Amino acid sequence: MAQPLLLKNGRLIDPANNIDGPGHLLIEDGRIKGVYLGDLDTISEETCQVIDAKGKWIVPGLVDMHVHLREPGQEYKETVESGTRAAAAGGFTAVACMPNTSPANDNEAVTSFILTKAKEAGFAKVYPVASISHHSDGTRLAEFGELKKAGAAALSDDGRPVENSQLMRRALEYSANYDLLLISHSEEMALSGNGVMNEGAFATRLGLRGIPSIAEEIMIYRDLALAEYIKRPIHIAHISTRESVDLIRRAKGKGSPVTAETAPHYFTLTEEAVGDYNTAAKMNPPLRSKDDRLAIQEGLQDGTIDVIATDHAPHARQDKEVEFDLAANGIIGLETSVPLALALVRDEIITPARMIELMSVNPCRILGVEGGSLSPGACADITLIDPHRVFTYEEKAVVSKSKNSPFLNWSLQGKAVTTILAGRITYSDPDPA
Amino acid sequence: MEVAHKFSHKHILGLEQFSPDDIDFLLRSAASFKEISTRQIKKVPALRGRTVINLFFEPSTRTRLSFEVAAKRMSADTFNVSASTSSLKKGETLIDTARNLAAMNPDIIIIRHAHSGAPGLLAQHTNASIINAGDGTHEHPSQGLLDLLTVLENKGRLAGLKIAIIGDIAHSRVAHSNIIGFSKMGASVSVSGPATLLPMGIEQLGATVCASVDEAVTGADVIMALRIQTERQKDPLIPSLREYATFFGINRRLLALAKPDAIIMHPGPMNRGVELDSDLADGSHSVILDQVTNGVAIRMALLYAIMGGSEG
Repeated sequence: MAQPLLLKNGRLIDPANNIDGPGHLLIEDGRIKGVYLGDLDTISEETCQVIDAKGKWIVPGLVDMHVHLREPGQEYKETVESGTRAAAAGGFTAVACMPNTSPANDNEAVTSFILTKAKEAGFAKVYPVASISHHSDGTRLAEFGELKKAGAAALSDDGRPVENSQLMRRALEYSANYDLLLISHSEEMALSGNGVMNEGAFATRLGLRGIPSIAEEIMIYRDLALAEYIKRPIHIAHISTRESVDLIRRAKGKGSPVTAETAPHYFTLTEEAVGDYNTAAKMNPPLRSKDDRLAIQEGLQDGTIDVIATDHAPHARQDKEVEFDLAANGIIGLETSVPLALALVRDEIITPARMIELMSVNPCRILGVEGGSLSPGACADITLIDPHRVFTYEEKAVVSKSKNSPFLNWSLQGKAVTTILAGRITYSDPDPA
Repeated sequence: MEVAHKFSHKHILGLEQFSPDDIDFLLRSAASFKEISTRQIKKVPALRGRTVINLFFEPSTRTRLSFEVAAKRMSADTFNVSASTSSLKKGETLIDTARNLAAMNPDIIIIRHAHSGAPGLLAQHTNASIINAGDGTHEHPSQGLLDLLTVLENKGRLAGLKIAIIGDIAHSRVAHSNIIGFSKMGASVSVSGPATLLPMGIEQLGATVCASVDEAVTGADVIMALRIQTERQKDPLIPSLREYATFFGINRRLLALAKPDAIIMHPGPMNRGVELDSDLADGSHSVILDQVTNGVAIRMALLYAIMGGSEG
């Protein structure tokens, strides 16, 4: 039996149990043994491995419900092992990985393969999101029952939308049989066309084809209308515009079973980051206007947006060091999510407890998986965050196999310093302050 | 050369990078180079021993030849690489092509490319000076400058003029460079055309968007018709060339709305009878062939300037 692990003198932030205050957390046999507010009389410290959590937050393990692990098929960009190692380094104890692998995760074999690789790696829980449609090509439904049985946690054709509204309707209906959540990549392809950045004056100045905000909003409207009609939950991935936030706010106001996520780059950056054809700022949906960024922050603040997910999208140098039109979409995000979210806390846009809801409580609830609380008896997935730690995000320190981040060389504040998965330390800051 | 101006640009990526003084210097410099092309022996030794590579990934007759003529008249050694013979056809990336060319130590690489920003990418990965000969729908700086020179020669000034640019603004790198260039030099630029071909935010480059072609050309000193790119007709941007010619083509009625001494320009290649009535293209208001002549002079000035000619 492993030695008990004591996290001592930290700030416990556990919004699921309405706790935010100084205290200690004891882990034994992979489970949370006890949460102690105040003094430590009842614990015999000598028998424990002790981690000094002074000045640090003790929070339920962070969960990123939107990542791309690239395996099988594009192991030169990322593997389940390298991606979950990066997740642990970013403070995550669980990730949900999208099915746009090669082959797509539209069958039992791929789902099982991902789960096996995740178990071998041991850095994080991995929840495979399987395809909505066969080959994720939008023509016919994938075998939801088989996928659920193999361990799929949700369904999505992420990377592209389900363009056919009838197929999306049928997917919403049929997913009810297996209680699988649909995650929608909402994009009207006829409007986004072959655009490569947000439509507007910046794109015009650079001579780049624009992706209008309405390409996202029109499809979100369709997805919300379908979900409301069928009365089935839907989760909208990576929202980036003001109108998207408004649509979801209105739908929630009517009691629709909708949830939504955004990514740190949408509340941190704007289209100006494209600058002089910087392909590290190319993603889909694209970085939007200042007003859109503000609206995303408002949505995070008022509860319209439920989740911060990174859309971690690793790409190798040769995928990005090309003409802007030809560069791959997406950026890595696992190792920068905590500091970028903490910037919102410092700006008093969200509270620390709200940040933990967005990054742990809500993704667990939406995916229907364990985690998201510090309740005694729960699986000991714990993240220790140092909110004051200042560091420069340098390429050589990036744990992910790919380095495609617009935040390279940024000075960031706040960092996950210890990540604990089922009582075992999966990441420990190599350079403690 | 009498012109005293410190020209400090290593690359020519777009008119956006230039100050009005830079543009003024290049126009005056080109005016003096123009004389060389009228001599019996059309050659000066200014760039002797310099290596210039023409790297064209898109078909071009006028621009490529114009750069080659300009470089040869200045005694540079010129080499042409065209897309059909290049390694890009074999899957090489632009950066690798650039690095391989750079390993041969050229002084200047002149690039035309279908993707906006490609010349800048080349500039980041080679030591040579890069001249953008047209990139995607971004800029075509040498064309912009030769248009400025043509107007300057005909009107004696640029400040205070009204320039009307009509047609496919969205896909025209020429329009972008002209809007930027004329605005910097104090002219006002009015644009008009089918609304599907007017890009969002074009006002922020300095253009005034007019709801009708009539409004754009009224009182204009210059009318510039842009090429309708027939290869783009897959996109449902205009219903037909016939309708375009009827409602947006420059004709005698529109010309009559402009100033009596207005000049007509077209960057070429022209679809006769579509953007511009055929007889207007050949008529007394047309300066289309002046544009071509000035193209050689402008490109001589650009080559000279980036090789440090401003100090001479």
